[in-house]
Amino acid sequence: MQKYSVFNLIKNAFKGHKDWEIAWKDPTPKSEYDVVIIGGGGHGLATAYYLAKEHNITKVAIIEKGWIGGGNVGRNTTIIRSNYMHDENGLFSEFGMDLWRNMSQDLNFNVMFSPRGIINLAHSDAQMNAYSRRGNSMRLNGIDAVLLNREEVRKIIPMADFSENVRFPIFGGLMQPSAGTARHDAVAWGYARQADSMGVDIIQNCEVIGFDVSNGKILGIRTSKGDIKAKKIGLCVAGSTNILAEKLNMTLPIETHLLQACVSEPIKPILDNVVTFGAGHFYCSQSDKGEMVMGGDLDGYNSYAQRGNLPTLQHVLTEGIAMFPFLSKLKMLRTWGGIMDMSMDGSPIIDKTHIEGLYLNCGWCYGGFKATPASGWTFAHTIAQDRPHKLNEGYSLNRFSTGHLIDEKGLGTKTWIS
Amino acid sequence: MLHIKCPHCGLRSQNEFSYGGDATVKRPELNKEVSDQDWDNFVYLRKSPRGKHLELWQHISGCRQWIKVERDTLTHEIFTTLKANEEI
Repeated sequence: MQKYSVFNLIKNAFKGHKDWEIAWKDPTPKSEYDVVIIGGGGHGLATAYYLAKEHNITKVAIIEKGWIGGGNVGRNTTIIRSNYMHDENGLFSEFGMDLWRNMSQDLNFNVMFSPRGIINLAHSDAQMNAYSRRGNSMRLNGIDAVLLNREEVRKIIPMADFSENVRFPIFGGLMQPSAGTARHDAVAWGYARQADSMGVDIIQNCEVIGFDVSNGKILGIRTSKGDIKAKKIGLCVAGSTNILAEKLNMTLPIETHLLQACVSEPIKPILDNVVTFGAGHFYCSQSDKGEMVMGGDLDGYNSYAQRGNLPTLQHVLTEGIAMFPFLSKLKMLRTWGGIMDMSMDGSPIIDKTHIEGLYLNCGWCYGGFKATPASGWTFAHTIAQDRPHKLNEGYSLNRFSTGHLIDEKGLGTKTWIS
Repeated sequence: MLHIKCPHCGLRSQNEFSYGGDATVKRPELNKEVSDQDWDNFVYLRKSPRGKHLELWQHISGCRQWIKVERDTLTHEIFTTLKANEEI
C-alpha cells in the first residue's frame, strides 16, 4: 500500500496527482469467508481492521447496504470522551482514548484528533455534588477529570451566559481535558484503507436479505449479490439492528430512535472546547471550518426516518441559546438525522448470541462515534476468540435478564425520555 | 411536525403529546406465576419494527388521556388513532 506522507504528496504533485493508488478496491464477493462483518460503518470497518491486525484473520468481508461511512459515522457530532462513572463504561472508553491518540499514525491517515477538552456544565449545588462524585470515579479509573468552579468556567468560556438572573445559572462544571473531537469521515476511510490493504473485501451496495442458520449454528448470509458462506458473522448495524434481528427471529432490548444534529454558518474561532448544557440535553463544539456543531435530544418516538422533526430541533436550540446567547445571531447551515439503537439501560451490547458463530455489536445510543476504535478492537477479540474480552464482558446481552444493568444516566428502560 | 388526531379532542399538533412507547407490550397477569422470560419480554424486549407500529401517546397538554396511535416509523404516516381501551 502506498504510504501517505509529505514526500509522496510532493512527488505526486509533480505528476498532477494522477498516480495515486485507489484507497480501497471494489471486489465482487467470494462464495466463502472466515468472518463476514455486516455493516460498513466505523465499528464494522474497525472490527475488520483489528481482526486482520491483531488476530491475523484476513479472509474477511464487510457487507454494506449503502456506501461505507454513510450511516452514523458520517452523521455524528464527532465528540470523543471517556467521562463515565461506571467501571464498565469508563475502562472501555479510556482504552479507546489510547487508540484515538495513536490512530493517525496507526492508520497512516490524518483523523485530525483534537483533544480540546469537554466541559459538562452544572447549574445547581446538587449537580456539582453529582459531578464531583463522577469526577472522583473517573480518576479512580485513571481518567483525567477536573471540577471547575464558576470563575474557572468563566475563564474558559466567557461567551456563555454568566448573568445573574438566568433560569439555569452556571455553578461550575466537570472537565475532561483529554477529551476532544476527530474528523469522522477520516476515521471510516482510514480504517477502510488499512483493512483493504490487509486483504479484507469491502463490498458496498450489497443488502443482507436473510441468514442461513441450521441446528443453532450460522452457516452464511443471503445478499442482493448472492449467497455467502461464513464461519462467523458479526453484526455492526446500529440503527438497523432490529431489522436484521427480526430476520434472525431475535427480539432485542433495543428501540430504534432518531437523533438530530446541526451546524451553523462558519464563524471565526470562538469556542476551543466541547461544552454540554447541564439543565437539558445540548452539546456544542466548533469545527475546524468554523461551524458551530450542535446536537441534543432524540426526536422522542420510534423512527427509522434518518431525517428529523422541527419541534425537537427548536427545543434543543432553545437550550443552546440559554447557554450561549450569541448562537441566536447565527444562521443554520445544515441539519440532519441518524437512527440510533437505544438500548434499555443506555449502554451498548458487544457479545455472542444464542446462535453459534453469530456475534452482536449494537445498542450504542448517543455514544457510538467515540467508541469506534474500542468497539472494533473488543468486537474483533470477541469474534476471533469466541469469548468477550475483559473490557466488554459487562456489555453482555443477558445482563438485562440477570439484572447487571449499566445504567449510567439512571433513566431506566425509557432511554428515549429526555 | 406530526399531526395526531386525538380520539377525544380531534386533530392536534405533536407538541401537545407525550410519547409512551410500544402499545402491544402486555404486563404479565397479576396473581400468576411469572417466569424470568416473561418479565424480560415485558420490561426490556421490543420488536421496534420499521413500518407500522402501534404505540401509546398521552395528550398531555390537552385532555390528558392516553391514546393508541398506529404510525409508520419510516414515513411517519399515521393510519389510525384509538382510545386506550380500544383494540385495533
